[in-house]
Amino acid sequence: MAVLVNEQTKVMTQGFTGAQGTFHAGQGIAYGSRYVGGVTPGKGGTLHPELNLPVFDTVAECRAATDADASVIYVPAPFAADAILEAIDAEVPLIVCITEGIPVLDMVRVKRALDGSRSRLVGPNCPGVITPDACKIGIMPGHIHRRGSVGIVSRSGTLTYEAVAQTTAAGLGQSSCVGIGGDPVKGMDFIEVLELFLADPETRSIVMIGEIGGQSEIQAAEYLKRENFAPGGPRKPVVGFIAGATAPPGRRMGHAGAVISGGRDTAAAKMEAMAACGIHVADSPAALGSTMVRALRG
Amino acid sequence: MNIHEYQAKELLRRYGVAVLDGHVARTPEEAEAAAAGLGGPVTVVKAQIHAGGRGAGRFADDPDGKGGVRLAKSPAEAKAAAAAMLGHILVTKQTGPAGKVVNQVYVEAGCDIGRELYLSLLIDRDTARLTIIASTEGGMEIEEVAANHPERILRAAIDPASGVSGFHCRKLGFGLGLKGAQLRSFETFVTAMVRAFHEMDCAIIEVNPLVVTKAGEVVALDAKISFDDNALYRHKDLEALRDDTEMDPKELDAARHDLNYVALDGEIGCMVNGAGLAMATMDIIKLYGSSPANFLDVGGTANAARVTEAFRIITSDANVKAILVNIFGGIAKCDMIAEGIVAATRTLHLTVPLVVRLEGTNVELGKKILAESGLAIIPAENLADAAQKAVAAVKGAA
Repeated sequence: MAVLVNEQTKVMTQGFTGAQGTFHAGQGIAYGSRYVGGVTPGKGGTLHPELNLPVFDTVAECRAATDADASVIYVPAPFAADAILEAIDAEVPLIVCITEGIPVLDMVRVKRALDGSRSRLVGPNCPGVITPDACKIGIMPGHIHRRGSVGIVSRSGTLTYEAVAQTTAAGLGQSSCVGIGGDPVKGMDFIEVLELFLADPETRSIVMIGEIGGQSEIQAAEYLKRENFAPGGPRKPVVGFIAGATAPPGRRMGHAGAVISGGRDTAAAKMEAMAACGIHVADSPAALGSTMVRALRG
Repeated sequence: MNIHEYQAKELLRRYGVAVLDGHVARTPEEAEAAAAGLGGPVTVVKAQIHAGGRGAGRFADDPDGKGGVRLAKSPAEAKAAAAAMLGHILVTKQTGPAGKVVNQVYVEAGCDIGRELYLSLLIDRDTARLTIIASTEGGMEIEEVAANHPERILRAAIDPASGVSGFHCRKLGFGLGLKGAQLRSFETFVTAMVRAFHEMDCAIIEVNPLVVTKAGEVVALDAKISFDDNALYRHKDLEALRDDTEMDPKELDAARHDLNYVALDGEIGCMVNGAGLAMATMDIIKLYGSSPANFLDVGGTANAARVTEAFRIITSDANVKAILVNIFGGIAKCDMIAEGIVAATRTLHLTVPLVVRLEGTNVELGKKILAESGLAIIPAENLADAAQKAVAAVKGAA
């Protein structure tokens, strides 16, 4: 089971023959995922020189020829929104955009195009999606993952790896890990991923990692209170952490979306709201695994 | 990227947004000439710094004097006001206690204020749309209005497919109590603002106060623009408006080396890969009883040159008593980082304790390189261990 991707997922790559696309598609193949081809406009009809997979000029051609049901995007920021729009137009069910630095007004147009489309978008500015031992789409180091029971959703890349390493060390492993990315306007947000985790029988507990800026962690906590922790709900234990307790207000901390701009978008406000909704909030980023172990003991 | 009020008004004027006439001045004489050129019974001299609260702010060398926005009834008064501001440090609610040096003033024509309103444009994260926010509470901090009188805040979200339309302006305009000619003036104003926002890839445009003159015209009395940094590559002309004197010198240095660095006031310098992990590293330092000197995301392509620049910037902060390196290698490979750390430590003759935690891709190789370097690097097993060792190193030095 797991969520979003599994053994059957056929992955195509946009920006296929570039350095990033070549390297990470190669890593995905080495991990055992089904990579089927990709797109580099102008190089259609050739074979990828290192990966020996077909290259197409357009996403629609690639999808028609390979039956790919997921596309990962490594296209540089100035052209990335166009690449996402092309994948939406070709009705690719899952689009994962790794690219960092896309202008926010470009993402506003992308978000509008996603409305009513047949596509789901993960990212941009994210590490990607992985179901251990089945399918790796993105830039995460595969070897730290173990197939298991914890679903991980996070706005941060390397902090996700921290959660992975700690749940692996605790002997729990992961069902799937979804990096939703650090941008203010993005594809799937916490609630949409949590919905999948709650419905997935293989996911028996959840780690959610947020950061300063925006309200989506608070909305997600309220969603979990309603849909997970309420009587009759699946009652899966959830561990939460918010990065940026020491960040000064008004300053952007690396991620475009990580800025305290007034109201309930501080780490303290979010952690308080999460705890009030029934989430086990880890006080330290080093305690994600141990907090989960305690939560599972009940 | 933020710009000054005078720059924002000049840009907005090009899009047809109503602003008052004005001139920037860098000397008292220029201010005098500007006031003479504007004519009229009164001009306003406004300190140009990247921070709000200028009117209520006070100058560091004259705490009982007037603020950073002063009325002048003659060119001589404008000259005197400029002389009191230029080269002096203005402290406002938003500058922090250190304040900011005023390097230029804006001399603007006066106007007959009927009402003061509030207007801003920004991207709302929840709706993923350009959203216009308006309020009857002009001149107040909008966060305070939102907290105390949420009913006085009006919003209109723009669908990117259909764009701004008359009804958006009517919804806001009637909500603000505007009538007749005022409403028409408001519609022109808002439509021009939306076009400016789109064409310049803004992150926020805030006009506070927005003024309705006694003649019924809607005019921007103040203007603040912040641009989307991700979109600056397609606006080279706007990049030229950047004022380096407004930035922390260490942050400016870091930006020139393409490093994501934010200066803080603690004592443990941090070098981390990834923004989330960098913030979490700062947080855990605090948890163990010390405080971070900076945020620094060294990124996924860290090599010896990058690590050296990062260490140089971290140690240029005299408050730094120890350095904590926290790397979880994904794209970044631990062996490359380790080589960078060794090279940087030798090049810079580092004297402060250095705690290094490596994890992820090629971690064993990385640890071996550090161990065999013969340098006094304190290795850490995990994130908690790293933070504890860095804090202990600082306490030991104290």
